[in-house]
Amino acid sequence: MTQDESSPKTGREAAAERAAIAVRPGEFHHSASGKREKVFELKGVEVLYSGMPAVKGISMDIHRNDVTALIGPSGCGKSTLLRCLNRMNDLIPAAEVRGELLYHGEDLYGAAVDPVQVRKLIGMVFQKPNPFPKSIYDNVAFGPRILGEKEDLDARVERALRGAALWEEVKDRLDSNAFGLSGGQQQRLCIARCIAVEPDTILMDEPCSALDPISTGKIEDLMIELKKEFSIVIVTHNMQQAARVSDRTAFLMVELDAADDNRWGRLVEYDETEKVFTNPGDQRTEDYVSGKVG
Amino acid sequence: MAGPGAAAPRSRLAVAGARATTRAMLGNQPRGDVIRNMVFAALLLLAILIALAGLIALLVQAFVKGSSALSLDLFTNGPSSIRPESAGFRPAIIGSLELIAGVILFVVPIGVGAALYLEEYADKTRWWNRLIEVNIQNLAAVPAIIYGILGLGFIVRGPLDLGFVLAAGSLTLALLVLPMVIIAAREAIRAVPDSIRQGSLALGATKWQTIRSQVLPASLPGIITGIILAVSRALGEAAPLLLVGAAAFVTFDPQPFSGGYTALPVQIYNYATRPQEEFQALAAAGIIVMLVVLLAMNSVAIWLRNRYEQRW
Repeated sequence: MTQDESSPKTGREAAAERAAIAVRPGEFHHSASGKREKVFELKGVEVLYSGMPAVKGISMDIHRNDVTALIGPSGCGKSTLLRCLNRMNDLIPAAEVRGELLYHGEDLYGAAVDPVQVRKLIGMVFQKPNPFPKSIYDNVAFGPRILGEKEDLDARVERALRGAALWEEVKDRLDSNAFGLSGGQQQRLCIARCIAVEPDTILMDEPCSALDPISTGKIEDLMIELKKEFSIVIVTHNMQQAARVSDRTAFLMVELDAADDNRWGRLVEYDETEKVFTNPGDQRTEDYVSGKVG
Repeated sequence: MAGPGAAAPRSRLAVAGARATTRAMLGNQPRGDVIRNMVFAALLLLAILIALAGLIALLVQAFVKGSSALSLDLFTNGPSSIRPESAGFRPAIIGSLELIAGVILFVVPIGVGAALYLEEYADKTRWWNRLIEVNIQNLAAVPAIIYGILGLGFIVRGPLDLGFVLAAGSLTLALLVLPMVIIAAREAIRAVPDSIRQGSLALGATKWQTIRSQVLPASLPGIITGIILAVSRALGEAAPLLLVGAAAFVTFDPQPFSGGYTALPVQIYNYATRPQEEFQALAAAGIIVMLVVLLAMNSVAIWLRNRYEQRW
């Protein structure tokens, strides 16, 4: 998945590679047993927009091959937090990330880290399906093409589409425009597009909120399938979805500063999903998961 | 829950009341409103008829006067001041084609580049970027003759010093339509939703890869439409060309960097100012040729827009 080591590189590419976090999927499959391997370690992470905090004091570890769900009411900063993990927040000039955010032990916001490289390793699926206005094939092939990995493209596209449980539905019309697919198919295409780059982690930002229940079910099944190979972090508005698919759940809550009416998200509880939903350690979590507060 | 029967008398009363109210409201449109509506619709229809009447009058007049002079000679023969029956537009047509070729060469890279900078790179919170934006809007409204003076001062003479040649006319026309191209290209680029850019960046594409492989292809139909409309404007301009050397009476095929040149609208103007009836007919025939070319170009632009327009 990385450029062929033997091929000549331009100085810029080589520098980019040095700058990249030198972790590739597969390298971490056989780590010390017993202790769960961590993909992300967040220590006191704070995100500010134009100086105003959106989330504060987030400390949590995200484990390999888990589906980790971020739940909480609107405005609690779960999407903001998710977008920190692949540095999509960099695209907002006014956003600022503080605290320590480690990815496989490396500082994700270190000076030598290139956000473009980060996003190759940490893929993202968005709330609204956003296929490119191109053919189904070109959508999936886009990632490998920009990485300069053009050999065996057909096989790679097929593998990604199979991985996203879409191959059987589209194999006869790979050349037709992706906009002709249904919403659920488009979202699975976006997942295929993401795994074609062979990332290590997939971030999903409310991937089912624009989909019907049948499509949602397919994507949830897919997540359980995909976690064998990838680590998944999902933001969801739907508590039942978190309960169905995730291994660990983080519950965020809006905290309000009564003095100046500022509000930000705070991590209330983070534990095994089973425990969060059946025996939460915090009264606020219990109120939220039991539907007492929205 | 009470059954439907229990609440029946009361709900029947409510329904009857609601019906009566509705009926009263529906039947009560004041007559004055009806008349006002009709008068307003008639005025709007009149407005569009006046607009169309201008175009139709132009077409009819050009055809009535020019049809006698319409022949293939128009395309093959050069102008003549003594033999109107065999005079044509050949140097003017070739001159116009060379002019717009130069306009396209100049305007496409610079116009699209400027639009990409403004939409994708410029930080809109900076005052100088806002100043550039406002100025481009203003430039699009500057009269053509002003560009002619600019071309005379800076391209024919002054820093570029090209002389009265076709390339100078081409550059002047390019400057004239550049703001149009920038504005059209910006609108096309802005119409590409951010979700496409984010999707591309999230796959590890760089900003330039995202622009080249996603934003530009998606906005290309809009950009091309803008370019065609701008070029058809350049094709019809006579005023700035008169200032930068196209006034000459040209009997040979114009060259880009040497000798005199002329263009279709300039040649039409030249014929139309002569007193003889035959030259008037020739001018009208030239108008027909130019209108056909312009309408064809605009039709292609509209077809392109409808055919490739991306609905997000």
